Amino acid sequence: MTQSIEQQIENQIAEMPEKWDLIIQPQRRLLDLRLGELWKYRDLVMLFVRRDFVSVYKQTILGPLWYLIQPLLTTLTFTFIFGNIAQLPTDGLPQFLFYMSGTVVWAYFADCLVKTSNTFVQNSNLFGKVYFPRMAVPVSILISNLITFFIQFAFFLVFVGYFVLRGTAIQPNIWILSFPLLLLIMAGQGLGLGILISAMTTKYRDLRFLVSFGVTLLMYATPVILPVSAIPERFQIFIRLNPMTPIVETFRYAFLGAGLVSVFDLLYSFGFMVVIVAVGSIVFNRVEATFMDTV
Amino acid sequence: MTVAISVEHLSKSYRLGQIGTGTLTNDMKVWWAKKLGRPNPMLKIGQVDHGNTDGETIWALKDVSFQVEQGEVLGIIGRNGAGKSTLLKILSRVTAPSSGFVKVKGRIASLLEVGTGFHPDLTGRENIYLNGAILGMTKQETARKFDEIVAFAEIEKFIDTPVKRYSSGMYVRLAFAVAAHLESEILLVDEVLAVGDAEFQKKCLGKMGDVASREGRTVLFVSHNMESVRRLCINGMVMRKGILLNKSKIDDAIANYMKSGSIGDAHMLFPIDKAKSAQFTSIKLSNIDDIECNQFRQDEIVRISVSICFREKLHACMAAISIISDLGFPIFTTSDWDYLPDLRFCQRLPGKLEYVVMIPEKFLFPGRYFLRLGLGISGHQKYDQIPSTVGFEILSEGSIMAELGDKRIGVVTPMLEWQRKS
Repeated sequence: MTQSIEQQIENQIAEMPEKWDLIIQPQRRLLDLRLGELWKYRDLVMLFVRRDFVSVYKQTILGPLWYLIQPLLTTLTFTFIFGNIAQLPTDGLPQFLFYMSGTVVWAYFADCLVKTSNTFVQNSNLFGKVYFPRMAVPVSILISNLITFFIQFAFFLVFVGYFVLRGTAIQPNIWILSFPLLLLIMAGQGLGLGILISAMTTKYRDLRFLVSFGVTLLMYATPVILPVSAIPERFQIFIRLNPMTPIVETFRYAFLGAGLVSVFDLLYSFGFMVVIVAVGSIVFNRVEATFMDTV
Repeated sequence: MTVAISVEHLSKSYRLGQIGTGTLTNDMKVWWAKKLGRPNPMLKIGQVDHGNTDGETIWALKDVSFQVEQGEVLGIIGRNGAGKSTLLKILSRVTAPSSGFVKVKGRIASLLEVGTGFHPDLTGRENIYLNGAILGMTKQETARKFDEIVAFAEIEKFIDTPVKRYSSGMYVRLAFAVAAHLESEILLVDEVLAVGDAEFQKKCLGKMGDVASREGRTVLFVSHNMESVRRLCINGMVMRKGILLNKSKIDDAIANYMKSGSIGDAHMLFPIDKAKSAQFTSIKLSNIDDIECNQFRQDEIVRISVSICFREKLHACMAAISIISDLGFPIFTTSDWDYLPDLRFCQRLPGKLEYVVMIPEKFLFPGRYFLRLGLGISGHQKYDQIPSTVGFEILSEGSIMAELGDKRIGVVTPMLEWQRKS
């Protein structure tokens, strides 16, 4: 009887020719993301998206109009305060379009980050009762935010069209083709950071407060309000280290024709996205198995 | 017979003390209380304080191994903290085991709580699909079962109303209906039948019985209600303190379970639940001199004192006590309406009420009994129900059997008149 329990079990498994549908064991492999399982639960993801969409603006007077009011009011405020009063430079673009492009892009990233970072804490009741791939929640957040983003983006295009008709000098160009890539990088960064933080908040709820004002602070370190070109040369390196900077600048260049476009910066941003998604997934995956014991 | 679930050397440990409470402020509060020698303020009521020493390990499950065959309906019984729920949580993959394996054939669906994931703003229809998906069904599977679910829940008229407008009964019916119609080979059920009115409970039990016998699914059932366990299950498994005591036929398991524990206190307070319009607040057993005890000579009176709290004006309300044998068989039920028929037409006003009910001497057979309490209007409404409360033991001392030294059978020993005709 010198065999350890594990060995005995392994022997038993070897002896048994039967097929098991599921084996529950203490720890999963590090990078086993079980995307196949997530695919099986795709109906659930879509129902979560629907739920979020339907329930958010129920019992509000203006309903879905809020999707347009939010970016519009933010843009008007920025235009008034930073544009008219502080007279900050806007790369020679109409102030309204400059701020709106930044706001719309930033809102998608920030929403993804803040909402996914609440995954475990907000759903602890649900997660404690039934099993489904936990990743379904952050992925559904990503998708429902994408819908919001497209609504606001379309709204932005309306204003672009208006300014073009009025003969303002803005030049949408071939970089528009990079739009899907920008979207992918943004979504990835929001998801990666969000799930990483959500996994850590299971132990320290304090992080949640950090996220909400951290995101606001980060906005000032992203060219939403101030273009990179307006920053003194020797400080530019810092703002360019922010992986969200190339996204905002490229987006602005593509649709409005002014901004800093650098393939190297985009590659850096893409690389950051890949790393953060990988790290986030690993941590999320590890926490998922036992988080009920700590929440 | 093929094996559906094979549990091998399953253990689950919880580290206490190291985990902390989640925020720095709460961590400080715990530390401060410890300094002052006060109990840990973050523990839930009823939770045992294990001293919170760093790194202490509690085994919720320890080296549990067993197999469940396909189509077997297995009842898992044990006291609070025996590890039943932890076992179901591991099986339903809500949490991972610390060591050991579980091998499963077929899809597992768990019914750990009805209505999980219901969103109050969505309509009944939307919630059926959402809940179904959470429980692992695809949209098509839910759609196939949709009419059946709605019919079972009896909510046809309200299917497009947001569920926040439902009565609590409708809510629970809908939730149970979705879960009960899951397409899975294995069903885990944890104490869900303690909801809804009596009629619906009966229906749920019936449905569960169908699931097991007619559809041939494997069911693991955890409950404190020995009657429903006995009715549903073929086999039973007794657990105590994380260890599997034995697995046997359900009757043996229940007898084993009842024998294993002490009867406990003669006095019990029930948690205040403001959501209930009326509820029991306490129960006490005492002897003829009103001295608290739970062992009685057979020729002694058993005094049962219950306190009831009414929070709202009720048109009528019946209080009932059932005496349950240690095997889970109900012996008899008595209610205040039996003795005071006028109460049937009498309003109940908010306030407290105390009853003393006496079980006559030389009536119950020597043995162990448990009390069950109920408040409501028979067949219509249930305000409060407590499936198992204090227990007591009738000793054989002072009984006619002890006097004669015989071994008669039965559950009661009424003194009857024997008229001699010739």
